[in-house]
Amino acid sequence: MSLEAKPVIQVKDLTIGYGDNIVLKNVDFEILTGEIFTILGGSGCGKSTLLKHMIGLLQPLGGSVLIDGTDIITAQGPDRLGVLRKIGVAYQNGALFGSMNLMENICLALEEFTDLSKDAMEMIARMKLKAVGLDSAAYKMPAELSGGMRKRAAIARALSLDPKVLFLDEPSAGLDPITSAQLDELILELSHSLKITFVIVTHELSSIFTVSDRVVMLDKDTKTIIATGKPAELRDNSDNPWVRQFFNRQAKKCF
Amino acid sequence: MDNSNTASVNWKELDQNQLCLVIKGRLDVATTGSLWGKILKTITKTKPQELLVDASQIKYCDGAGIGLLLKLKQTQKQNNRRIQITGLSPDFQSLMILFDPGRVAESPPKRASLAQRIESLGEKTARLLRDLKDEISFIGEAFIKLLSTLIHPRSLRWRDTFLIAEKAGANAVGITALLGFLIGLILAFQSAVSMQKFGAEVFVTDLVCLALFRELGPLITAFVLASRSGSAFAAEIGTMKINEEIDALTTMGLDPVRFLVVPRLIAAICVVPLLTMFNNLFGLIGCGVVMSFFGFPPVTYLHRIQQAATMTDLLGGLVKTFVFGALIAGIGCLQGIRTGTGPSAVGDSATRAVVSGIVAIVVADGVFAVLYYFLNI
Repeated sequence: MSLEAKPVIQVKDLTIGYGDNIVLKNVDFEILTGEIFTILGGSGCGKSTLLKHMIGLLQPLGGSVLIDGTDIITAQGPDRLGVLRKIGVAYQNGALFGSMNLMENICLALEEFTDLSKDAMEMIARMKLKAVGLDSAAYKMPAELSGGMRKRAAIARALSLDPKVLFLDEPSAGLDPITSAQLDELILELSHSLKITFVIVTHELSSIFTVSDRVVMLDKDTKTIIATGKPAELRDNSDNPWVRQFFNRQAKKCF
Repeated sequence: MDNSNTASVNWKELDQNQLCLVIKGRLDVATTGSLWGKILKTITKTKPQELLVDASQIKYCDGAGIGLLLKLKQTQKQNNRRIQITGLSPDFQSLMILFDPGRVAESPPKRASLAQRIESLGEKTARLLRDLKDEISFIGEAFIKLLSTLIHPRSLRWRDTFLIAEKAGANAVGITALLGFLIGLILAFQSAVSMQKFGAEVFVTDLVCLALFRELGPLITAFVLASRSGSAFAAEIGTMKINEEIDALTTMGLDPVRFLVVPRLIAAICVVPLLTMFNNLFGLIGCGVVMSFFGFPPVTYLHRIQQAATMTDLLGGLVKTFVFGALIAGIGCLQGIRTGTGPSAVGDSATRAVVSGIVAIVVADGVFAVLYYFLNI
């Protein structure tokens, strides 16, 4: 990642919540082109909710999320479709369409948004499946796959239209350490070869240290960002004791 | 070591203000129950200013035993009285610190019942209005997308639509035909028995024909579809929502209404009239069986059908079925999309889809009855 990289996502003064219950207030950060950016924080601090706002699924109470210069929150019609074409999302449990096999899952977006022939679409789908190591499972149904395979298949589907930014929601949750490490390698490989910007929501420390260029850390109590920076620097030099505690995996003294 | 699985308590009043409890044995979930009531009753009766608990003879203590000790502590504290627990082994003491409910949130204070009722009434009204708003905007959205699909038929997912039509329609032919046959048979038999007294059995055909074509055929078919497919639509879409598949569609730029609702609407609108025709046909066969039992030859029966019912009766019934189909699919999909979270959410949506679907069908049928009356149909 070059130092002069431009921001691809700008989160400006974002306040999110459900009704009167504010989850995060006045959040500001930028994600640079090509970096692997991690949103982290303790359980229940609003990581996944923030992600859902960043991909335009939920309406915030205030603020904006600019993806390549377009606000995904207010964009309508073709503008919104244009922004959505730039992003891919791999959900926590894969969210693969249960009534379709992997090939059909990946071809769906191609069918809807391109004029490619069936052959071409299948070729592209095979390539994406190969990239995540699932080429042999192309015609399997999602129910026949293990948790780790489903997550990889979800990444393959998210890659189908070659997005600029890939959002991953808890990619290593519920996976064994080996599968989790394989997934980290896959993320690094895709980042290097396809120059995709990754936005990852996680609280798996090993993954964070392996893949993340930069992180933002959210806090449940102050409802805002308490730290931004490189994970190793935050672990060693953060002024905030809670941040150091988090990175050093110490139980928070709450009794 | 005392291995007995019992616990006992002795108490003595040291003076007017002091009560000493000596708890012995194994204080677990099986033995604590019998002591709990006994000890608390004694404390309520004697109201000691200072309660001394000798716990040195407790051999074993689990969550229930700790619960008893903490309850004693809490009761004394609430009444501004003192308590002293002595001799409790260090292991159990650490359990007491771990479980001390002092830190657990108190249950919310009970509100005056009137205030509570008014609040719940307000909440329910607000929820009802919100649901109504959602329903109206959903109907509008679905209608616009349906029209746009009819204008641009290439945008319809034909394969999905045919699959849904097969499941909701072709696979329901058997049950619809069976119900139609039985209803025709039962209706004819019941009315024939009564009409025989007046020598008017021949008019049974008129009754069954009109009832089937105008009301029973469309209604029964719609009920079958609401319970078979309305619930299936709600469960399918509800499961997709819980699995974040709807979110995935949205972020892929695919509109869930166009993708999931429109094919179901079109499939249901197409299959309900066809199923109603099957239902009517088998209803007439059922009626024919009874009529032949009463001695009317098939030719007479067929002739009577032609005289009894007009094309208007048949078509009037069939027109309703298009609306019933739209209602069943629309309500099923709406309930699916509105599925909440949690393990019972999909079941709740399926139930609501069937109940609301059936109510909506009957209401729509009532509206048609009034409309047909004014149109002289």
